[in-house]
Amino acid sequence: MAQEQKHPQKPAETDEAEVVVDTSVAERKGALDDDVDAILDEIDEVLEANAEDFVKSFIQKGGQ
Amino acid sequence: MSVRRVMGTEVEYGISVLGQPYANPMLASSQIVNAYASVSVQARRARWDFEEEFPLRDVRGWERPRSVADPSQLTDEDLGLANVILTNGARLYVDHAHPEYSSPEVTNPLDVVRWDKAGERVMLTAAERAANQPGGLAIALYKNNTDNKGASYGAHENYLVSRATPFTDIVRHLVPFFVTRQVICGAGRVGLGQDGRQHGFQISQRADFFEVEVGLETTLKRPIINTRDEPHADPEKFRRLHVILGDANLAEVSTYLKVGTTALVLAMIEDGWITDDLSVDNPVAALRAVSHDSSLTELLTLKSGRRVTALQLQWDYHDLARKHVEDRLGADADEQTVDVLDRWESVLTRLSNDVWSCAGEIDWVAKLRLLTQYRERDGLDWSDAKLHLIDLQYADLRPEKGLYHRLLAGGRMERLVDEALVATAVSDPPEDTRAYFRGNCLARYPDQVAAASWDSVIFDLAGRDPLQRIPTLDPLRGTKAHVGALLERCRDARELVAALTESLD
Repeated sequence: MAQEQKHPQKPAETDEAEVVVDTSVAERKGALDDDVDAILDEIDEVLEANAEDFVKSFIQKGGQ
Repeated sequence: MSVRRVMGTEVEYGISVLGQPYANPMLASSQIVNAYASVSVQARRARWDFEEEFPLRDVRGWERPRSVADPSQLTDEDLGLANVILTNGARLYVDHAHPEYSSPEVTNPLDVVRWDKAGERVMLTAAERAANQPGGLAIALYKNNTDNKGASYGAHENYLVSRATPFTDIVRHLVPFFVTRQVICGAGRVGLGQDGRQHGFQISQRADFFEVEVGLETTLKRPIINTRDEPHADPEKFRRLHVILGDANLAEVSTYLKVGTTALVLAMIEDGWITDDLSVDNPVAALRAVSHDSSLTELLTLKSGRRVTALQLQWDYHDLARKHVEDRLGADADEQTVDVLDRWESVLTRLSNDVWSCAGEIDWVAKLRLLTQYRERDGLDWSDAKLHLIDLQYADLRPEKGLYHRLLAGGRMERLVDEALVATAVSDPPEDTRAYFRGNCLARYPDQVAAASWDSVIFDLAGRDPLQRIPTLDPLRGTKAHVGALLERCRDARELVAALTESLD
């Protein structure tokens, strides 16, 4: 157990940092949602049409 | 004690003839290589020189008899498959059933990124040319490592290491690092198990394909540490560590950290700096366990009895490396070494605190974020074909189709190397290794180079028999500083060979 404390600064920081990040995420959430919609809309446009067929037809021979 | 060392990458690309899933992949791969060569490789096409290839020589001191080797291990046989050497010093060829780009030798992680990215551009151009040829096929190329149906293909790294370092030290100190390195450079994968039949996300493309800790194979019973002893350098001084377990990365920071941190760990091992035994119990199982846990909370058991997460083990290596650099170099540490240490620390911190903040740097995080957003919006289960498609299409090299490229175009992925530098690296070799000599010989005297390899350039000088073989056994000779003026002066290879052999006499 003692050895797990070898990086006390990192695990200890985790709790505090998490609080900070959660807050900022919450504040930015509205903007982020718009951004996410924009990304997914753009990616919807370029995704291959028939996902199942496309994935099935990607067949490779093994390599190194 | 720095990130600087002779290294390079070799990437086998996934290949798909669109609309023809059962097309012969060797033929399609040959079309890719030949389409590129038909325009970019001048006049005569230099052969690959296999003289210094020993795929069955084991670093542990023995050689496997050819009679018991798997045919896929005989990589020193010229099968007549398409194979060209580029003016940037790289090798573009068909390996097994995939087109492969082996980068020229470089000396630092940023140049690894630059010439690895140049390889993507070469492949993309090759596919465009193949499609435009009469009767040409529409071929899509993927920088990934599995088809999720049981097949895997590699993205290897090569590092020149000191022969004086006992191989057992390399194994002991590198295995725990390799088991956990994927958290900072995994490419992400939808599907668990070699055939991807179980549903879920994992950090690494390759983890499920590794079956032993140490071994010579690369295509079956894949080992975490590969023992092929083919140094392509003075075998008394060096070995070439051939790393086969990494994922093919698209994110520049992932590639940079992958090779930069590995170079730092190798420097510590060569210097005898790591005294703690960080060995992991059952490393093959641990490699998979780490890959299958994107929450990064899985505890690994070390031989010492300590229980740690992959992140904690990475922190151990990071802290050791930082102390090593401080102790040996202090304020004289070069910029890239400091940058790799700082970025390593930064991603480890953020992977604990705010994983999505790493989405512009680490492939698996970028991919998982996209998948998570889709799952939330459309209520998709991990078995959904759309999620598998996103995984596959992330790696599509076509800028209009590839999801990595869409994220990049949207400013969501961090770049380390200017596109202009990538563009010149498609044709120009690095200036600080023997790749400079090789690439320049091909660019300047294309009709007079009969063959070349990492260790040689062979000239065919009309009226002079036999062929003139110029060995290039030292990766750090043949640089611009070393032969730049000579190459400028020699109008043809005859003058060059005369000057080189005179200087040897």
